[in-house]
Amino acid sequence: MLGKTAGGLFWMFRHLERAENTTRLIETGLRIALTRPDRSNDEWQSLLKTAAAEQLFFTKYDQADAANVVDFLLRDTTNPSSVQSSIAQARQNARMVRTALTREVWEAVNDTYMQLRGALARPATDKNLPDTIALVRQQSALVRGALHGSMLRNDVFDFARLGTFLERADNTARILDVKYYVLLPSISQIGSNLDNVQWETILRAVAGQRAYSWLTQGAVTPKGIADFLIFDGRMPRSLKFALGKLQSNLGYLEAEYGSSLPCHEMATRLHAQLCESSIEQVFEEGLHEFIIAFLQDLAQLGRQIDTDYRFTG
Amino acid sequence: MDNPTPFFDEMLRPDDGPRAPYAAYHTWFAGEDRRDLIRKSDEAERFFRRTGITFNVYGAADADERLIPFDIVPRIISGREWTKLTLGIEQRVRAINAFLHDIYHRQEIIRAGRIPIELIAKNDAFLKAMIGLEPPGGVYTHIVGIDLVRVGEDQFYVLEDNARTPSGVSYMLENRETMLQMFPELFGRIKVRGVGDYPLALRRSLGASMPRHASGDGAVAVLTPGIHNSAYFEHAFLADHMGVELVEGSDLRVIDGKIAMRTTRGYKPIDVLYRRVDDDFLDPLNFNPDSLLGVPGIMDVYRAGGITIANAPGTGIADDKAIYSYMPEIVEFYTGEKPLLENVPTWRCSEPDALSYVLDHLHELVVKEVHGSGGYGMLVGPAASKKELAAFRAKLKSRPANYIAQPTLALSTVPILTKSGLAPRHVDLRPFVLVSPNGIEIIPGGLTRVALKKGSLVVNSSQGGGTKDTWVLEE
Repeated sequence: MLGKTAGGLFWMFRHLERAENTTRLIETGLRIALTRPDRSNDEWQSLLKTAAAEQLFFTKYDQADAANVVDFLLRDTTNPSSVQSSIAQARQNARMVRTALTREVWEAVNDTYMQLRGALARPATDKNLPDTIALVRQQSALVRGALHGSMLRNDVFDFARLGTFLERADNTARILDVKYYVLLPSISQIGSNLDNVQWETILRAVAGQRAYSWLTQGAVTPKGIADFLIFDGRMPRSLKFALGKLQSNLGYLEAEYGSSLPCHEMATRLHAQLCESSIEQVFEEGLHEFIIAFLQDLAQLGRQIDTDYRFTG
Repeated sequence: MDNPTPFFDEMLRPDDGPRAPYAAYHTWFAGEDRRDLIRKSDEAERFFRRTGITFNVYGAADADERLIPFDIVPRIISGREWTKLTLGIEQRVRAINAFLHDIYHRQEIIRAGRIPIELIAKNDAFLKAMIGLEPPGGVYTHIVGIDLVRVGEDQFYVLEDNARTPSGVSYMLENRETMLQMFPELFGRIKVRGVGDYPLALRRSLGASMPRHASGDGAVAVLTPGIHNSAYFEHAFLADHMGVELVEGSDLRVIDGKIAMRTTRGYKPIDVLYRRVDDDFLDPLNFNPDSLLGVPGIMDVYRAGGITIANAPGTGIADDKAIYSYMPEIVEFYTGEKPLLENVPTWRCSEPDALSYVLDHLHELVVKEVHGSGGYGMLVGPAASKKELAAFRAKLKSRPANYIAQPTLALSTVPILTKSGLAPRHVDLRPFVLVSPNGIEIIPGGLTRVALKKGSLVVNSSQGGGTKDTWVLEE
């Protein structure tokens, strides 16, 4: 496979994953706005932070409110991480790697792009926003289904999965980072349950609310949530799950190509570090510090994969 | 039929009965509900959009991708008509290859005084770097498209030769695929020759053209200028269907006398490059130094026998419309036979007598740029306004050698489906020809382009033309 093709697949699936995650963030904000009319606009600003789009946003707007944040995250083409931009880039990558995709996957991505272009042609209204969000969710499922149902399990599939899980790990880590102060054990909060809105934001943003309730019987504690999102290998958006997948997909590549590269060693080490650690240890060294280090490691892994498989040169 | 025309209609005779090749189709059509067919037309459009069969239009500000409209009424050619055409096409393609070899070697045709030396020496499409170079297997044009028009029952003309990089074959294949999906019952009734093997035939044909120093893997790749190119869909389509890599210049470099592509496992040599990048951009070291689309040094590898470039650099000269006007002489010179396919009578505006005739009869002629393509820079006299005629007259006078003129041909029509039923529209035909050291293969079918606007003679997709599936019937 061409290095460029591998890179195209990797980025195609990063963008798709990002579109899905951003949609979920919007949904979270919306839910909070609907159920807690007394809240200020702080939540919207913190969503922007999670999407790493705060700086760009404030070059365009003075204040964050529901309408402008939703528009910015959903359809602003000057925001490279907006749903619209992500889907357009995913499709651009798909065109580039067209020869590596089955017709099903290509058509699913192309269909996603066309449908969303129609749905996002005008600013979303309160009325149609839920439909638009549902559309992104459905289309993401369609692409994923096409990928799983029609693609050979070879290097093409592995590069697609690497993009998915690298982006997902990054996303979950960012949510944790923006909200880490909520999860920090402070004197006043020890033993008490968290403010509902705060934990709702975190769990909804990773679609983990119900799962968490099932697993913990409703005891919402900072440590519980952080443990769940970092260390629970059953949770498909946890850092441990994503790193496990990164390690195994890199492992398949190693086996298929018959050569071990620096990125394999790096992924194995990162996964092992996580497995050997615990939430107690993380809290001891500082949640924020842990996440910053994690994001750096992840970015480095991404660069190493790029280098080892010659995405760009 | 909405109104009878003075043009030859390939489906309906003047008495409204179907011509023989269309008889079975016509019967089927008469039994169908028109609204159903129109609904199917819309379905076809959605199908094309979803599969991404689009082309990019240069200079179009709004959408970067457009769809070529597809008409569901097929263009049908009888087995007998086709056999006759193929003999003429094969002869012409043989002559073109012999001509290219000659002008880059001994130039016998010039010595024999059959074509003027300026035609070659002063031609931008003549590539000095190809002089004396022997392409692998002696093949210059591996893939050729010969554009044909029909004006009567037995009268076909060659409108132009596409020896450089003929495009459109993906439409031939997708049009058939669409028709098979939409009207399976038709293909049960009517025996249509298949075109679906084209990608494999192309792969085989390219694989038979190995360079002297082949890697042993026989690796083939398609070279595209990238996703913004107007024919990118086709490049990806062909690479995908042949099962070979689709590469860009940035994926390639010269390693140990071979062109190699950057793969996830390191650089891997390529033996045959089906390039869809123009000569000028192919090698920044040897040609246009600003090109980012090509591979620095590829010409040196080519010269040393490390790679086959298909089509060979410098073949574009055979597409030149000034050369075209000499094609009857060229065919006769190299094959020793009379041309089986006729050229459209052509005035070379470089010749003073011809120029004055053209200027006097501009309103009835079609004038084309010698190096133009895609229907750009062309004048259709009978359809032009006084102002357009005057403007073109000035252009002709200032650069006569840049133009040729031809009579406005009474192009045949084939009906298209409109809301009010069948309506005749002008068509042309581009059959695709594969050339390898093992011989010439012509795919039974081709790309039928159709001018969708009533009365229009311009079939180019960039000018509002559409396409039809082209059926060649089993004998």
